[in-house]
Amino acid sequence: MESMDSTTLTKRRQFLGQAGRGLGGLALTSLLHPGVLPTRADHPTHPLLVTPRAKRVIFLCMAGGPSHLESFDYKPQLEALNGQPMPESFTKGQPIAQLQGKALKCMGPLTSFKRYGKSGQMISDFFPNIGSIADDICVVKSMVTEQINHDPAHTFMNTGSGVPGRPSMGSWISYGLGAETQNLPGFVVLTSVGGGQAQPIAARQWHSGFLPGKHQGIKLQSRGDAVLYAGSPHGVAHQQQGDVIKAINALNNHRNTLLDDPEIRTRIAQYELAFKMQTSVPELTDFSQEPQHIIDMYGCKPGDGSFASNCLLARRLAERGTRFIHLYHRGWDHHGGLKNGMTKAAKLVDQASAALVKDLKQRGMLEDTLIVWGGEFGRTPMAQGSGRDHHIKGFSMWVAGGGIKGGTTYGNTDELGYNATENIVHVHDLHATMLHLLGIDHKKLTFRFQGRQYRLTDVHGHVVKGILA
Amino acid sequence: MKKFFALALLITESAYAEIRFNRDIRPLLSENCFQCHGFDHNTREAGLRIDEREAAIADHNGIRAIVPGDPDNSEIITRIFSRDPDDQMPPPDAEKHLSKEDKQKIKQWIAEGAKYEKHWAYIPPERPTVPTPKDLKVTNPIDAFVSRRLRAEGLSFSPRADKITLARRISFDLTGLPPTPELVRTFQSASDTNAYHNLVDHLLTSVHYGERMAVYWLDLVRWADTMGFHSDDERFSTPYRDYVIDAFNSNMSFDRFTREQLAGDLIENRTEAQLIASGYNRMNQVTGEGGAQAKEYRAKYMSDKTRNTASVWLGATMMCAECHDHKFDPFTMKDYYSFAAFFADLEEPDLVSRGRGTAIFQPAIHVLKNPNDFEELQTAEATLAALKKSKAEAKEIQAAEKQVRELKSKGTYTVISKAMSKPRTMRILPRGNWMDNSGPEVHPAIPEFLGVIDKPGRADRMDLANWLIDDKNPLTARVFVNRLWYLYFGNGLSNVLDDLGYQGEWPTHPELLDWLAVEFMESGWNVKHMIKLIVTSTTYQQSSLAPADLIHRDPHNRLLARQSRMRLPAEFVRDTALAASGLLNTEVGGKSVKPYQPAGYWADSYKSVGNPHKYRQDHGEKLYRRGLYTFWKRTFLHPSLKAFDAPTREECVAQRPTSNTPLQALVLLNDPTYVEAARVLAQRILLEGGDTPQAKVKWSFEQVLSRPPDTIETQIISTLYKQHLAHFKANPAEAKAVLTNGETPPSAGDPATLAAWTSVTRTLLNLHEAITRM
Repeated sequence: MESMDSTTLTKRRQFLGQAGRGLGGLALTSLLHPGVLPTRADHPTHPLLVTPRAKRVIFLCMAGGPSHLESFDYKPQLEALNGQPMPESFTKGQPIAQLQGKALKCMGPLTSFKRYGKSGQMISDFFPNIGSIADDICVVKSMVTEQINHDPAHTFMNTGSGVPGRPSMGSWISYGLGAETQNLPGFVVLTSVGGGQAQPIAARQWHSGFLPGKHQGIKLQSRGDAVLYAGSPHGVAHQQQGDVIKAINALNNHRNTLLDDPEIRTRIAQYELAFKMQTSVPELTDFSQEPQHIIDMYGCKPGDGSFASNCLLARRLAERGTRFIHLYHRGWDHHGGLKNGMTKAAKLVDQASAALVKDLKQRGMLEDTLIVWGGEFGRTPMAQGSGRDHHIKGFSMWVAGGGIKGGTTYGNTDELGYNATENIVHVHDLHATMLHLLGIDHKKLTFRFQGRQYRLTDVHGHVVKGILA
Repeated sequence: MKKFFALALLITESAYAEIRFNRDIRPLLSENCFQCHGFDHNTREAGLRIDEREAAIADHNGIRAIVPGDPDNSEIITRIFSRDPDDQMPPPDAEKHLSKEDKQKIKQWIAEGAKYEKHWAYIPPERPTVPTPKDLKVTNPIDAFVSRRLRAEGLSFSPRADKITLARRISFDLTGLPPTPELVRTFQSASDTNAYHNLVDHLLTSVHYGERMAVYWLDLVRWADTMGFHSDDERFSTPYRDYVIDAFNSNMSFDRFTREQLAGDLIENRTEAQLIASGYNRMNQVTGEGGAQAKEYRAKYMSDKTRNTASVWLGATMMCAECHDHKFDPFTMKDYYSFAAFFADLEEPDLVSRGRGTAIFQPAIHVLKNPNDFEELQTAEATLAALKKSKAEAKEIQAAEKQVRELKSKGTYTVISKAMSKPRTMRILPRGNWMDNSGPEVHPAIPEFLGVIDKPGRADRMDLANWLIDDKNPLTARVFVNRLWYLYFGNGLSNVLDDLGYQGEWPTHPELLDWLAVEFMESGWNVKHMIKLIVTSTTYQQSSLAPADLIHRDPHNRLLARQSRMRLPAEFVRDTALAASGLLNTEVGGKSVKPYQPAGYWADSYKSVGNPHKYRQDHGEKLYRRGLYTFWKRTFLHPSLKAFDAPTREECVAQRPTSNTPLQALVLLNDPTYVEAARVLAQRILLEGGDTPQAKVKWSFEQVLSRPPDTIETQIISTLYKQHLAHFKANPAEAKAVLTNGETPPSAGDPATLAAWTSVTRTLLNLHEAITRM
């Protein structure tokens, strides 16, 4: 979805100014030529550019914070200490959420693990389908974040800051690379729910913050028009809607013979795009051409708003050029009844997550699509009744696709799964790596706000070389 | 494009020959050097700071960074001109860059003696002499300053805008509403030279003036209907919103406005309104999320309050000093936490308990909008108390209780400030870490470089307010008038509206900014006086039409040789459509309303008791309230407002971005609010629009655009009308369906005709011109 702002000129000047000083220009290129991912061949001396390995990102957010100890981080030692007090050396002085002031006892894994694939990655029995793609994914077991409650933790995972109001990663990427599609939004959000306490997800998670509004994520609705207001009014057929738009543009155009205003020219273009979207959005969500074996592979009833349906939709969005596709499944906040809750949530998510990877792979798209799977944090090795509390000092995510070394495990936590101890990957590092794979040096993608240059990674972040192919 | 920027650059290059530190040098040093050689001693490299002259010229083992008058022996000149990556400054990996011209400027400045100046915005403004141009009759000082700069650039004012444009511009700018066709006609036909002044006076006394100003103020103070974090429950404070509207309408002086918001609860014999105003201190986001740590959120709230007050009144990015001394401006961490300590006396929960009722947001008061209701309630409460005392029958007591309940439900709670006798202890949090108790305790104080509050004992919020509006405070008046200027020209005179510090912008018209700031203070902080001064200037009344070469030369209109065009703010886009249709409900204030909203838009919000995630849409007159009364849910702002860049009000916003997107087109085309407005306007065309199709087209143009159509426009519209009339006559079911958009019952009459006129009015309401202030 191409769009222009009156601030665009200012931004262009900013970029040109930087280009003149030997910096930016990448976003400018994309603004002028949407759909063209700049390559090193186009810009041999371009400092913003590293060789891109991926064109798009599909971020599968397991909202609520799935337990790493029942998914990808097998801890036999924790099992051995089951029911024993958690050694104080781990927990002293650490932030604690709902277990504040409670006795802290170890709880061993509530399910079993086995090795999958040639790589032999250890994956829990909740996720047999993800196990079947073990050789395609890289499990990062040493994630850390800074925010221990859901709302700020999502804000941190998405924007690199706990303070609400900064642009989300999808917006940064849209800003940096522009759009590959004219007819659909470049940054799309899909949500689903089920399997546990459904924590809220605020629209700020896909907000563009201080970046121009066109970079905000567009959440597709599971009811009504998939894109808000993309359906014509009652009684107005496609032809008549087109007539009205033609008249609007004719009048705007006529007026512009007097005013010669670039804003009017942009407005005219936006009405043309809006009309195209009114066609392309229904086409996007029309699953009738999907063969049954594909639908079975995802295990979904297309269009029912489930995570599985959203995965299929994500593939369709990826095919149509959407740059950043962000799925949230709200169902992983297992303070109590973890075994039952995770059984349910995994049943809703496991098959489709794996199907998405396989489907992209068979279409040759996995090589330029980056897939990220994980929550805003993990869960404590300590029991909270029959569940686990929020945990930020060590948790797991997995990544796959463009530029990622599949079939590997990166980093580790200590013997009880509390602290990330080996090759620690901070959220800022995840962001830096994601941008790197997209061909952006995270230190150079900046936007001036309140008197300074802001970045997604603020003043932090290192590219995690160890997970790159 | 490149040519265009070269020309833009010329504006600043050609106009000045001599180098001035604040204008030419400080921005370069601040951007490129101060991060490592500036105010923050923790990150200072090589022990060198060059943000102060004394340190910059000091001898470091025989090397001096700056030798005044001798650039060749100044180390910084050697370094910035060096091509050796080991010597070069800024270092190649610092993502900073000085251009050739920048380097020459620094060299020239050192050659001329390396004079430093105190940062302009930190020097209290003094009233500059108003220029007296010989060749131009200028009565408004604003025009004198602007025309001096124009002459220096070889430019002059554009002609005055035509009367229709002026009437629309001033109506939008002062009330956020389009002028009625009657008002336009009256103004057009008035030959009186005072007609424009009279129109300005008329609009400044409109109740809608306060609404327009409130939209801006509420963005600054991040007012919203909900608490922001996690469950984002309703947080009661609409009386505060109404207080702001009333304050602007009654032209409350800005100093009083400041005192009442920051410290209304501390005023002796405070009124209810002053208590409501003090709700300002409670507008930060709060949480009730399970597992939240009280201490962590206490720290977040204090930061939120500090950040906001510094942004709103001081235009300062003080939040940068939360984790380290400010990298650019002289704010220390101690300054930051001492400023935060002003708010340490506020009684409020660290974590609100989610759930039913209003007790969770204590301290709060119950407010009735209508004074009669208040008296009735008092009587009813007295009756109830008497009944209880006399141990009356249960039935009687229940009836009285019911009456009290009903009367109360007419009002609402609103959060207020309440000072605790023992304020919380405030400490500097090392690296901003809320878990670290090792920092020293601090007490309320203003930033040290700006002075001290001279008072025995602990300074309080009233002292803070009084310092903000002290005529020695260099920032408050400048910040406010600069933002007023932005409202009427689309740019500030210094165009980073939330940062007048080192990293802000040297003003395009520094003397004018200072003159306005002093005028504001000396007028008794009279807001309407300032606005009238601005909007009656020649500068303001210029046409926005300009020749291409002027637009190329000054694309952002910083020189003011014309007016700027501005897309209307989100709320006024809505109001304009409703006003043109006649649907607009002009009631002022009261509880927020829930207009049409796509089903399921709140589905990812929280299911909690007090704030069902289900959106309960209003009906009837409430559907047609002005945009500013739309229920402002921070986590899910109404999508139509969001599409037109309304902020979520999580943080202070001084400058809304102005986007131009396909989503905006979809909103205007398909949101039931706009379709219904078009439909109702079509109904009125048939009743009021005259007899012939031409008369009807003319009438509808006047309702929406305040002007008649030309022949081409009439032709485009007539063609559309004829086509659609034929279509809807042939497809009566579609015509009938068109009439079901929105809840206003369709009027009698031929559905096909109404549907065809609805196509016409939808077209008009979608025009760029309809949502643009020229």
